[in-house]
Amino acid sequence: MQKLNYRSHSLVPYLLLSPTFIVLLLFLYWPSINSVYLSLYKQAPFGRNKIFVGIQNYVNLFQDPAYLNNLLRSTFFVIFTISIGLIFSLLLAVILNQNLKGIKFYRVIFFIPYAISSTVAGSLWVFLLNPVAGQVNYLLDLAFNIQVNWLTNSFFAFLAIIIATVWKNMGFNIIFFLAGLQAIPDSVYESAKIDGAGAITIFKDITIPLLSPTTFYLIIMNIIFSVFESFGIVDIMTQGGPADSTNIVIYKLYREMFINFRPGIAAAQSVILLALVIIVTIFHFKYGTNNVHYQ
Amino acid sequence: MFDLNRGSYSIYKKIALHLVLIIISFIVLMPIIFGISVSLQPRAQIFSYPPSFLPDRLHFDNYIKAWNLVSLDKILVNSILASFVVMLGKLGLGVLSGYAFSHFEFKNKKFLFFAVLFTLMLPMQVRVVPLFEFISRVGLGNSFSGLVLPFLASATTTFLMRQHFLTIPKSIMESAQIDGCGPFRFLFQILLPLSGANLAGLAVVNFLVMWNAYLWPLIIINDDQKKLAQQGVKMLFASSSERDWGIIMAGTIMVVIPTLIVFLLAQKFFVKGIATQGIKE
Repeated sequence: MQKLNYRSHSLVPYLLLSPTFIVLLLFLYWPSINSVYLSLYKQAPFGRNKIFVGIQNYVNLFQDPAYLNNLLRSTFFVIFTISIGLIFSLLLAVILNQNLKGIKFYRVIFFIPYAISSTVAGSLWVFLLNPVAGQVNYLLDLAFNIQVNWLTNSFFAFLAIIIATVWKNMGFNIIFFLAGLQAIPDSVYESAKIDGAGAITIFKDITIPLLSPTTFYLIIMNIIFSVFESFGIVDIMTQGGPADSTNIVIYKLYREMFINFRPGIAAAQSVILLALVIIVTIFHFKYGTNNVHYQ
Repeated sequence: MFDLNRGSYSIYKKIALHLVLIIISFIVLMPIIFGISVSLQPRAQIFSYPPSFLPDRLHFDNYIKAWNLVSLDKILVNSILASFVVMLGKLGLGVLSGYAFSHFEFKNKKFLFFAVLFTLMLPMQVRVVPLFEFISRVGLGNSFSGLVLPFLASATTTFLMRQHFLTIPKSIMESAQIDGCGPFRFLFQILLPLSGANLAGLAVVNFLVMWNAYLWPLIIINDDQKKLAQQGVKMLFASSSERDWGIIMAGTIMVVIPTLIVFLLAQKFFVKGIATQGIKE
């Protein structure tokens, strides 16, 4: 560890830390604690009076079929987004890992969607998928003679926000898969080839297992992304509709607070999400680092 | 099938690979390409069937209309300002706190470091309800300060600055101390000049994070004149009752252009910044 370097300046480190801690305490810790506090109270819309109701908000939430449906829908959303996203990203990362002149240029292109905001991603995809002027339906019509009502049909609207989320996050996944692929030594592949393994066998039995620490990390990060960062995509593309089919946890929380003005219920939903983040993080720290297959 | 071990290829294989990559690149960029294409088409062309893939001639009317519709001049300036302030704040506070953790020994250091890292688990979305109440109660609702203050510190920046400072050889520090260099002079004259690439990477990432932020600005800013770029995208949808895709896409493209410029200029730092964020342990 570091030695006592600036021993005589005992106040200096606290001075250096104080601006950071003022911000963290006021705007990160205090509101988080306050979420728990608010979730125990009932508050009339625009009212100043708070009535202590204990865990009643939580009880109400977990007895509310709409909220339970919302949790289930969000779970499906996360599972589909992650599995589709990771499969595509891994395939693209393998292609981008080729030893080819100009490959860096392609890599930059593939990262672009990750730099774009979720609102812009939502806006671009709403246009592409709209049945009147969008090109996707035209191409589907040409190729398969079908017309899809992307944003007015519950199933397709759900699919649409998954497509937009996968597209937006792919760059992040590719960066990590590429790093993972490059960490696998060529000698591993060479010896597998000498043993007569084909490309598909090598991919299935060597590449995928050796990438598992990367995959694990990406699953964790994608859970967080798809739960929290999808807000902009949903707000632009569907506003949770039609018939709540794209209303996922973070959007419901927002509506509860800023449209229905029910801070108590909204705070309880925040606390549930906070618990989810903490569980996922603990899971990550507990199992993430032990899973390393290579060193 | 591609070789998994990055071998070298025959010329035919190379051409085939380039073709595959060009096709996939086109698919990946398709939303942006078609967005730009539509933004340059007049209304009549947009709503004719079949949809055109290219504009007949370049038609910039949509850009002018979108610009005026949501006062993009104000909105873009607001966003640039907010992103700069947040970027500078995060870098400044991150450098100071990272330095404290890398070069000093003090009481409760481990606990305080943990307290910084713990905030990674407190995303804006789970704090937004009380934060909104708190900011409104202290009279900062609908204000620039209310907008940027909650973003000024970041665990990631503190952590990455600390990691970087720890890599700077100890011998440098020892000789600086012998020469009577105080802690602040050491930071500004020795550590920071050695940190250019790291600062650049964090600057790019932090700038884009604020440029792309949506939920908090949406909640805290009501005044159209104070809104940020991402709210502008929403306003484009809200203000045209019958969706005028040319205008919506023109506005969207103008909002994304700064992102693309910053990303393309600094993509090396950006990718590095993203990749190092992975190492949270």
